[in-house]
Amino acid sequence: MSELLINATYIIAAALFIFGLKQLGSPATAVRGNLLSAVGMFIAVVVTLFSREILEFQWIIAGIILGSAIGAVTAKKVAMTSMPEMVALFNGSGGLASLLVGWAALYNTGNTTFTVVTILLSVLIGGITLSGSIVAWGKLSEVMNSAAIVFGAQRIVNALLLAVLVICCVLFAMEPALDSPYLYAVIALSLVFGVMAVIPIGGADMPVVISLLNSYSGLAACAAGFAIHNNILIVAGSLVGAAGIILTNIMCKAMNRSLANVLFSGFGAVKTATKVEGEVKPINTEDAYLILEAASSVTFVPGYGMAVAQAQHVVRELGELLEENGCEVTYAIHPVAGRMPGHMNVLLAEANVPYDQLVEMEDINPRISNVDVAVVIGANDVVNPAAREDENSPIYGMPIINVDQAQTVFVLKRSMASGFSGVDNPLFFGENTRMLFGDAKASLSAVIGEFKG
Amino acid sequence: MEAVFLAFVLMLSIFLGFELISKVPATLHTPLMSGANAISGVTLVGALGSAGAGIDGVATILGTLAVAFATINVVGGYMVTDRMLSMFKKKDTSGSAGGRS
Repeated sequence: MSELLINATYIIAAALFIFGLKQLGSPATAVRGNLLSAVGMFIAVVVTLFSREILEFQWIIAGIILGSAIGAVTAKKVAMTSMPEMVALFNGSGGLASLLVGWAALYNTGNTTFTVVTILLSVLIGGITLSGSIVAWGKLSEVMNSAAIVFGAQRIVNALLLAVLVICCVLFAMEPALDSPYLYAVIALSLVFGVMAVIPIGGADMPVVISLLNSYSGLAACAAGFAIHNNILIVAGSLVGAAGIILTNIMCKAMNRSLANVLFSGFGAVKTATKVEGEVKPINTEDAYLILEAASSVTFVPGYGMAVAQAQHVVRELGELLEENGCEVTYAIHPVAGRMPGHMNVLLAEANVPYDQLVEMEDINPRISNVDVAVVIGANDVVNPAAREDENSPIYGMPIINVDQAQTVFVLKRSMASGFSGVDNPLFFGENTRMLFGDAKASLSAVIGEFKG
Repeated sequence: MEAVFLAFVLMLSIFLGFELISKVPATLHTPLMSGANAISGVTLVGALGSAGAGIDGVATILGTLAVAFATINVVGGYMVTDRMLSMFKKKDTSGSAGGRS
């Protein structure tokens, strides 16, 4: 097949990607959008196989079979609660693919200096994405400590690392030999740099990191597209790059922090919050039931703790019972609740909560004072009034869901330990707050038992 | 000249990407990310050329590995996105469209 025909087909594929992303704009059309995008990918791959440049197929077939098997099994098996870890690994795999494509492109003949520079970029970004994603996966799956790892000379070390990396790139670009030690240095240093970039970022900031790595994996594909002069890689790569950047930006805004602040300062290392003192008012499940039974509007506010306790199904069950009882039920979701953008929405969707009951922070806050009971499940920072009131708090200025302004707040909490960022939460001492201690799933099941019994 | 042309494509697609993605609602951000992951597996198209051109033994190995990893992204990404998206349901859609396990 001629190169012209292949490129013409790439236009169709690109159009399908774009239409697919457009249909992701609404939950009603999103499934079809994803399918369109997949068809676009299929067309692009098949037409490439007819390229005259491809002479042998055995390795391609082996690679595709292996990759499809791993991908399909992972996609089928992964639990919805582990979605952040899986996305992190997929980001890494995309980065590695770009690194390898860039590297292999060095073996093409007649590379110009411009091409060599783009090859270096795809190796560099791909390497950072790969190792950064593996660290992110380690933190998310708690294989490694998810707290921020900060040491004294971190910035100096990183700056030096970056300087050496750039020097190696320049030296390689001047004399791009296939066995150049500078090439191996670039690969090794970009991997080290990826690790260094992610270790200072704490678990609660993971939504930002995942989004950013997502963006990098797109940019790496983009660079690989330049390296092998392929339009479809550039188009698709930049769409992904843009998606990641937008999500990163949304996450940063939702925490009222700049990207630089998230990336370079370990969370909580800057300020210590004013310690709040007060008395918590515990409540038992019978009393909680009586209050819920009398309520006419209830809002559930989930956080990462709901994912940990796997409580989404009991939450939905309780929500349904409340609705049967004539109560208006909503689920208020903070943009950074959970460990990746939209994490809570997926969990609740898995538990069959209709998506029109999921409301965003901006929509619930103006009417929160009309809510009879706000039930906080495994969320802490995103409902912490210190973000509004205490200028010394590390999360001061972060927009929160103002559950403290609801008529009554139930906080489901395992025990009286502070949340992820280690900041004390004045919400727990609030006049209208009742603490329901214990495992969230068990507590909710007990309340459901009261409803049924 | 080709570099300029490719840069032109890059610029336009980044702007298009911003326009498209900023319209995706927060509730779909996780499927958006996994879907974007699948799209970034487009590197597969580039990897095919390296794995099948028979230029050099090393290039073929690198290309084959790239094919495998990019395919993980493509297949895994689209499948998991589909799995997630089919769980998003509107209220009272007769309840018959039971979710997948």
